[in-house]
This record gives sequence, structure tokens and C-alpha cells, in this order.
Amino acid sequence: MPKVKIPRKSTSIDMTAMTDVAFLLLTFFMLTTKFKPDEPVQVDTPSSISDKLLPETDIIQILVDGDGRVFFGIDGQPTRASMLDKMAKRHNLTFTEQERAKFSLLSTFGVPVSNMKQLLSLSGDERNALKQPGVPIDSLNNELGEWVLYARQSNPKFRIAIKGDRDASFPVVKRVFDILQERQINKFNFITSLEAAPQD
Amino acid sequence: MAEIASDGGGKKGGKSRSKKMSTKIDFTPMVDLGFLLITFFMLTTTLSKPKTMEINMPEKDNITDSTKVKASTALTLILSENDKMYYYFGIGENGQPPEVKTTNFSSKGIRKILLERNEPQIKKINALRAKLNARQITVEEFKKEAGIVKSDKNALMVLIKSDDKAKYKNLIDILDEMQITSVGKYAIVDITPPELEMIASVPL
Repeated sequence: MPKVKIPRKSTSIDMTAMTDVAFLLLTFFMLTTKFKPDEPVQVDTPSSISDKLLPETDIIQILVDGDGRVFFGIDGQPTRASMLDKMAKRHNLTFTEQERAKFSLLSTFGVPVSNMKQLLSLSGDERNALKQPGVPIDSLNNELGEWVLYARQSNPKFRIAIKGDRDASFPVVKRVFDILQERQINKFNFITSLEAAPQD
Repeated sequence: MAEIASDGGGKKGGKSRSKKMSTKIDFTPMVDLGFLLITFFMLTTTLSKPKTMEINMPEKDNITDSTKVKASTALTLILSENDKMYYYFGIGENGQPPEVKTTNFSSKGIRKILLERNEPQIKKINALRAKLNARQITVEEFKKEAGIVKSDKNALMVLIKSDDKAKYKNLIDILDEMQITSVGKYAIVDITPPELEMIASVPL
């Protein structure tokens, strides 16, 4: 009987197929990805059975965090700049060209306008570390209402989306509703995460 | 393996013969790079897009609408702490304070009450849905008909109020219940002082 000779196989494997798979997946992720927006607070949205998608553009986002602080977020850099100009005029403040440029890159903020200069002087990391006090919403100093008004003056198509934390207390949210209704905004969206509808 | 190694010294005086190069390239580093990038994108991406719930609030100046709530169809919910709520039927007319009861957000709590109260509407909508599934009506017709059924003047009208201790989550949950139980007429309303007194006397 002849001996069975085990052929010595090369240990190198053809990686081409694996590369194909890897890049296919990479392409998929690159195309579907949308980076997490840079938000100054973590907001844990409540879940609902609503499965409507949020429009991607022309959204004013009002964040309400668990401690009842309110943040204002808006997209569109030209809108932000013109909003800041109007707000500065209203409060007799002046912003330098540099500060305007910096503000137009700021997606969400939560400080009274009097502290805006201070916020804009910080670098990105410092700003993230800072605990922002929130936009004032009380009736004497209703800056949220002013921001909403000026934002809608620059672009009337804007829709309001409220992104509240599960544990945000109801009176704060209700106050935000009232501010919006004072501005004749009776239609707004709540941002929620999806949960399964109960089977009946 | 990478076989693009060049022949360093070469032989002196020898005939330079073009060597046959292997066309195979080692792909391992490329795969490494690919997976590294995949990992990066997987970790930074938000796959689940945020969903949204739309709400139309009644106009503030237009109060005539809200006064027309029929006592027989009204249900008032007052959200409170620890995911519980008070509820009462009617609007407490004729100086008779309505009986205030408490319930919670479970499927045996408020949903059961709403399903019972809104039964005629739910039956009609289920009938419409059956028609839709049997392709007898189109989606647009279904939406239109369901809208008519929901806004029927004898349909349940839910007034959602809240005391200061409720959370935002409770509001979203109750709006969800409205969808689940096909309640078409509901409104978020301010709580009134008499109601605060009423709920103060009822243990949660």
C-alpha cells in the first residue's frame, strides 16, 4: 500500500473576498450614517408607538433635560447668524464678526443671551464641560420665545420639535407649550423613540 | 504574500532577465483598514432615526370651542406623580363634584377604561380596517372615514391635565394611549384650582 502523502498547503489565504465584504459593509455604513448631533446634554427621549419620521431640515429643536433646563437648537448657519443679530439688537449687545461666525457653528445652546459672549469665547471641549444653565423661559425674561420668534422671522418654514427627557417635569414642558402658543404656534412635534404597539 | 520585493543587488555581469512577478498582493492590511473604518462608523452612527409625534394644540384665543364639551362624553385625566393619574367623568356640573378615581398607565388601567368608554368608535374603526384589509376601500378613504368616526360629536372627549408632579414621559404615554384606543378628541388643558382641591382629598 502506498503511503498517503499529505500535501503541504500554503498558509496564505486569498483575502480578496474578505476585502470585498469589508468594503461593502463600509460603504453601507458610510452611506446610511448620520453623525450623532453635538448636544450639550444627554436627553433620554420617551418611547411612543408613533412611527412618523422627523423631517431632516427646517427644524427648531427645543431640548428639555431632566433638571428642567431648556436648550435651543436650530439648523442652518445663515439663520443662526441673522437670529443672533436680531437678538443682540433686542438686548443692546454687540457681537464681533468672530463671535458671529462661532455662533453660526453652534448647533445647540442653553445660556441666557447675556452670557452668550462667555460661551462663545470657550473652545469646543471647554463648552462641552460647562454646565449650561438653560435658556430663560420665565415670563419676565422669556428668551426662548424671542429666539423662536427671530428664528421664524428668518425662515418661516421652521417647525418646532420638542425633545424632552423622560424625567423632565411637566410644568416646564407645559411652560414651553405656552410660550409656543403665545407665538401662535399650535402645531408641534415631540421627538420620541419607537416602541412596539400593543397587540389587541 | 507580497511579492513585490525588488531584486536588490543583481548579478554582476549577468544577463538581466526580467523576472516574472507574481500578481498576487497581500490584502490583509487592506482588510484591517476596512474593518477599522467599519467599526468607527458603527460606533458613531445613529441607526435608529428619531421618531416624532405630532400634536395640534387648540388656539389660545379661541375659547368658544372648549366650552362646548358635552358633559356626557367628557373624561378628565389628571396626571400625577409615580406614573399614576386621577380621572373623572363628566365636568362636575350643578355644584356636584364628580367622583374622582385613580388609575395607572398599565394596559389594565387607563387603557381598559378608554377602551370601554370608546367602544362604539373602536368598533366602527375596526370595521373600516377590516374593509381596508379586504381591499374594499383605499387608504385615503380609510383615513377620511376614520377621521369622521373619531370626531363624532358623541365620541369620547378626553381632557388631559396634570399637576406639578407629573413627568414629561407621562404626557407622551397618555398621548400614546389616545392613539392606541382610537380617541380622536383630546386636548392638553391647564388644571383648575377646584380640581387641585378635588385631587388633594383623594389618596393616590
